[in-house]
Amino acid sequence: MKKGFLHIIILLLLIWSALIKAQQRFPRPDFESGYVYPEYQFLSPRNPAWEYIDVMVLLGALCIITFFALYKRSRQGLIWTSVFSLAYFGFFRKGCICAVGSVQNISLALFNDGYTLPLSTLLFFLLPLLFTLVYGRVFCAGVCPFGAIQELIGIQSVNLPRKIETILSTVPYLYLGLAVLYAATDSQFIICKYDPFVGIFRLNATAAMIIFGILLLITGVFINRPYCRFLCPYGVLLNWFSRFSYKHLSITPTNCINCRLCEDSCPSNAILPSNINTKKENKGLSRRRFFIYLVLIPVFLVTGCVLFHSLSRTLSYVNKTVRLAKEIRMETELNIPAISQQAIIFKESGKTIKELYEGEEYIVKRFKKASGWLGSFFGISLGIALLSLSARRERQEYKPHKGKCYSCGRCFEYCPVPNEKNNNQ
Amino acid sequence: MKKGSNKYQNRRDFLKKAGKWIIALPLGYLAFSLVKKTSAIHYVWQIDPLKCNQCGQCETHCVLTPSAVKCVHAYEMCGYCDICSGYLRQGVKNINTGAENQLCPTGAITRKFIEEPFFEYTIDEELCNGCAKCVKGCSDFGNGSLYIQIIHELCENCNECSIARDCPSDAIKRVPAASPYILKEEFITGDK
Repeated sequence: MKKGFLHIIILLLLIWSALIKAQQRFPRPDFESGYVYPEYQFLSPRNPAWEYIDVMVLLGALCIITFFALYKRSRQGLIWTSVFSLAYFGFFRKGCICAVGSVQNISLALFNDGYTLPLSTLLFFLLPLLFTLVYGRVFCAGVCPFGAIQELIGIQSVNLPRKIETILSTVPYLYLGLAVLYAATDSQFIICKYDPFVGIFRLNATAAMIIFGILLLITGVFINRPYCRFLCPYGVLLNWFSRFSYKHLSITPTNCINCRLCEDSCPSNAILPSNINTKKENKGLSRRRFFIYLVLIPVFLVTGCVLFHSLSRTLSYVNKTVRLAKEIRMETELNIPAISQQAIIFKESGKTIKELYEGEEYIVKRFKKASGWLGSFFGISLGIALLSLSARRERQEYKPHKGKCYSCGRCFEYCPVPNEKNNNQ
Repeated sequence: MKKGSNKYQNRRDFLKKAGKWIIALPLGYLAFSLVKKTSAIHYVWQIDPLKCNQCGQCETHCVLTPSAVKCVHAYEMCGYCDICSGYLRQGVKNINTGAENQLCPTGAITRKFIEEPFFEYTIDEELCNGCAKCVKGCSDFGNGSLYIQIIHELCENCNECSIARDCPSDAIKRVPAASPYILKEEFITGDK
């Protein structure tokens, strides 16, 4: 059995080497009839200038939406910008490249030397973050095609219970962490692979992805922005940056009168109520809780690190080399035939099993290191989230939660305070 | 909130400011290291025909249906054979253009008589589905003049090519958009 296998490998090797060296098995014909070789017309790719047109459109859309959200305070304007973004970035540009997916290019470029990052991708990653740092999540409001399509579809929003929302909103952290891990180890771009809307934009994708996208859209009619809130990995970064934003959309154009009219207007639970009239907690108690949570952060960090380090082997199976090595190992040790396309090509290629295992070991080693970091990141995020829950801020007005607010402007019309600048009401 | 004459109104303000700097500095460094790795060159995906193993996944793994991968023909490498292993199924009885004799599942290859004993084979890209069956036949027994390329007018240039993700021979790579095709005849004959 083993000998036969060896023979086959040698034979395949011979064929392969023959293929490489003697491609020209048959001589070039000498035509007597004056035959001319046909000229093959290769269709050229889209003009690279388009990439920069996209960047300019992104910049323009960000400026316009900032104007509508922060200065004009017009939900109508936000909606029309959404329609434009959906048409341009979604259906015209077919959703690629988008800022959400660019996270992976960034991480691939940071941790791998072989990859050069295209300038337009870097700009697609940075511009929304910069705008968020100054004006809050205006990008989400209606420039991101995913946000736009969900914004336009979210007509009958129901508020989710806080508990469910809090639990679900940890998913983006996991998604972001895994996406960065898999991109950094040059395994896969999972955000692109499991992108629910790009299939709809292209009107061409596998049935599973189209169904996922449509289900998400149907959910989006009743639950506001399900992708943005409970999946979007880029949203995690925007959330952090927005918390430090210099200016942010406000519910009231001038001063809040604490009328509570806007309280239930936000479909993503992002309005922080004023708490001047609520009873204060015992100071000693809250301080003690704060310190307990503070001590818990390193505990979470170590736990996360150890947990994910031990999971690294499982996580690494997303990498195709690791998968192939597993298959080949199963074949050599347990005699389970390796029949996948990858395995067949590997056997034909003439690479030794030792080389494959070395490659696998290198990747697994990287995965181990990266998983440790990933676990620490999850631990710290969880710890900080808990800590921020225990911190009490005094608010004398109704304010949007800077991290969670998508600047969609639904709360504007609930506020009875007249807008002095525009004198609309 | 109490207002003091101090520059930092209170402890929280001070912590906030310090925190901002602590976060901003590494971020600045990160952005800088990213900019160092950036280039203005525009990249597109392409198949390296010398690495390609004609496994047939290009037909099924592209996000588009039919795939943006099509067969192309390097005429200058072709032997113009009568019995073409890229055109005819193996072991056919009659050598003619009958559909049952053709290797191509969509009948995208047309055979044209040039002169005795040479025949020209042309690919109809409208019909080609990128399955690479003809490429396999041509590479295994012929000159290897048929090969597959990603046709850039069709390609969506996804952020990550979903064929590349599963390509068993790592034949799909990013190439500069200025030279978006990897022409086989350039490697073999040294033309151009």
